[in-house]
Amino acid sequence: MEAKTKDLWVFIETNEDGSPKKVGLELLNPGRMMADKQGGKLVGVVIGDNVAATVEQAGIYGADQVIVVEGPEYKQYTTDAYVNALTYLVEKYGPTTVMIGATNNGRDLGPRFSSRIKTGLTADCTSLDIDDEDGLVAWTRPAFGGNLMATIKCPDHRPQCGTVRPGVFKKPAEGENKAEVIKEDFHVAPEDIRTKLVEVIKEAAGEIVDLEGADVIVSGGRGMGGPEGFDTTLKPLADLLGGVVGASRAAVDSGWIAHSHQVGQTGKTVGPKLYIACGISGAIQHVAGMSGSDCIVAINKDEDASIFSIADYGVVGDLYEVVPALTEEIKKLKA
Amino acid sequence: MNILVCVKQVPDTTQIKIDPVKHTLIREGVPAILNPFDGYALEAAARIKDKNPDTKIVVVTMGPPQAVAVLKECVAIAADKGYLVTGRTFGGSDTLATSYILSHAVKKIEETEGKFDAIFCGKQAIDGDTAQVGPEIAEWLDLPQVTYGLEAEEVEGGLRVKKEAEDGTLVIDIKTPCLCTFTKPAWDPRYPTIKRKLAANRAKFEQLGDDFDPSMDPAHYGLNGSPTHVKKSFTPPQKEGGLKIKKEGEETGADLAAKLAKVLADNNII
Repeated sequence: MEAKTKDLWVFIETNEDGSPKKVGLELLNPGRMMADKQGGKLVGVVIGDNVAATVEQAGIYGADQVIVVEGPEYKQYTTDAYVNALTYLVEKYGPTTVMIGATNNGRDLGPRFSSRIKTGLTADCTSLDIDDEDGLVAWTRPAFGGNLMATIKCPDHRPQCGTVRPGVFKKPAEGENKAEVIKEDFHVAPEDIRTKLVEVIKEAAGEIVDLEGADVIVSGGRGMGGPEGFDTTLKPLADLLGGVVGASRAAVDSGWIAHSHQVGQTGKTVGPKLYIACGISGAIQHVAGMSGSDCIVAINKDEDASIFSIADYGVVGDLYEVVPALTEEIKKLKA
Repeated sequence: MNILVCVKQVPDTTQIKIDPVKHTLIREGVPAILNPFDGYALEAAARIKDKNPDTKIVVVTMGPPQAVAVLKECVAIAADKGYLVTGRTFGGSDTLATSYILSHAVKKIEETEGKFDAIFCGKQAIDGDTAQVGPEIAEWLDLPQVTYGLEAEEVEGGLRVKKEAEDGTLVIDIKTPCLCTFTKPAWDPRYPTIKRKLAANRAKFEQLGDDFDPSMDPAHYGLNGSPTHVKKSFTPPQKEGGLKIKKEGEETGADLAAKLAKVLADNNII
């Protein structure tokens, strides 16, 4: 399709209660810079149920315009309802660029939507720019397990689409909400939604492991030596710092902790402010999932462990001595 | 149930090294393997067949002629039959173009194997890491989809799929025919038996070449049919290790922890 405007759209995914997922607001940050370079508006697109809070925040974080589709059929994400709604909006308004947060739902929606309108999509980007020469979005993303970065363009098809990894960009500064809000009345019939959510199984003990949204992750690897330390040693530190517990593949494969905690190539890709790697050697598959962290701390007995080569701060020592002591020290500092 | 599993041969990215001088990938000597996520998709199909032996599992891969090796591996593990889609004109395809070719291959294979009730794919391939081809095949074929699947079972009129979400697991019913992509479940996929391995070595695999479907529009595949183009690739800058705190003299783990806590606090990290 042809673009009708120079506008840049940020899809702001909502939670079931209508609040925004963090990555949607984060994308308004690079979105502002890119929209200005493209010479169009920065538009937040919100699909969900009772999303007033998200619409408000989109304006506070810098959207010039917010387009809203609301209805009970959007309360829980379904591929069919969301793809139909987003396609309708894009065909009506014709933005030149569409960005979507690379959450599980975002990576379900992105390729289904972009292939419906037969345009290109670049998945899981970690760096974004507008090329000054041709005015195209330069989407940069890791491949080959983080060993290679590729910059991809979509020259002849519109809109240019990309999904962007959570935690890569910081939310923009709050400002005065000047956004124009457009409500679109678009509904999807129940028979057009071909999947049905039967049950939600929360993590055991009601624990939610939102690794991708976490500011602090305390991760354990083979050096944990067994399952107990995750609860007795790592969790107190994670709780104290307002973070969550992660794990390397070695720990998950040993059956010490659930796969939902796994960071790395066959697990989650994370970008917290602080990543504390305990007893993790630093295999490339693990590093691929956490090298985007702002600050990496490694605690390992083996002085030659490769994790130290990417750590900002390393401690050569037994994690079972260091981590509990670190927890106590931080408690003192916070007191 | 009639299940098609889409698989890809990929370089084992855990064994790729970077040329320290040229900053390029060293691909020589890197083994080609079955994409691990596709192995999980095959295992999900095999578990359906465990419960219902009438299930047929067909695998398809697109790639160079040597990609037939992963078809063999899949037959050794659990598949009944395999097809290789290979053609020079298919080279350079991005995900949208690849899914266009594969969606036509699905229809072609259905002429022989009958309609598929379900198409299973790995969540993503470990070389490209895009997670796009599965949903894009579903779109070309107008099938409902579930991504990030962990396991699937047959239910009346469709499949019940456990799906990984950020905060737990979702159980989703999906009408067949459908497409599901799979991520890593809590169990390891089965290994081939000797007997199946021997049978796989004798298996013949039909090839779908450049002209397998003359109705395909060249404007939709190959380098020229791909909306996205790689403009540049580079190795990420290597991060330098920072401060390393080691035991000196009589220091204990607690002393090291105290030092670490201090530097983290001094640098406003905690």
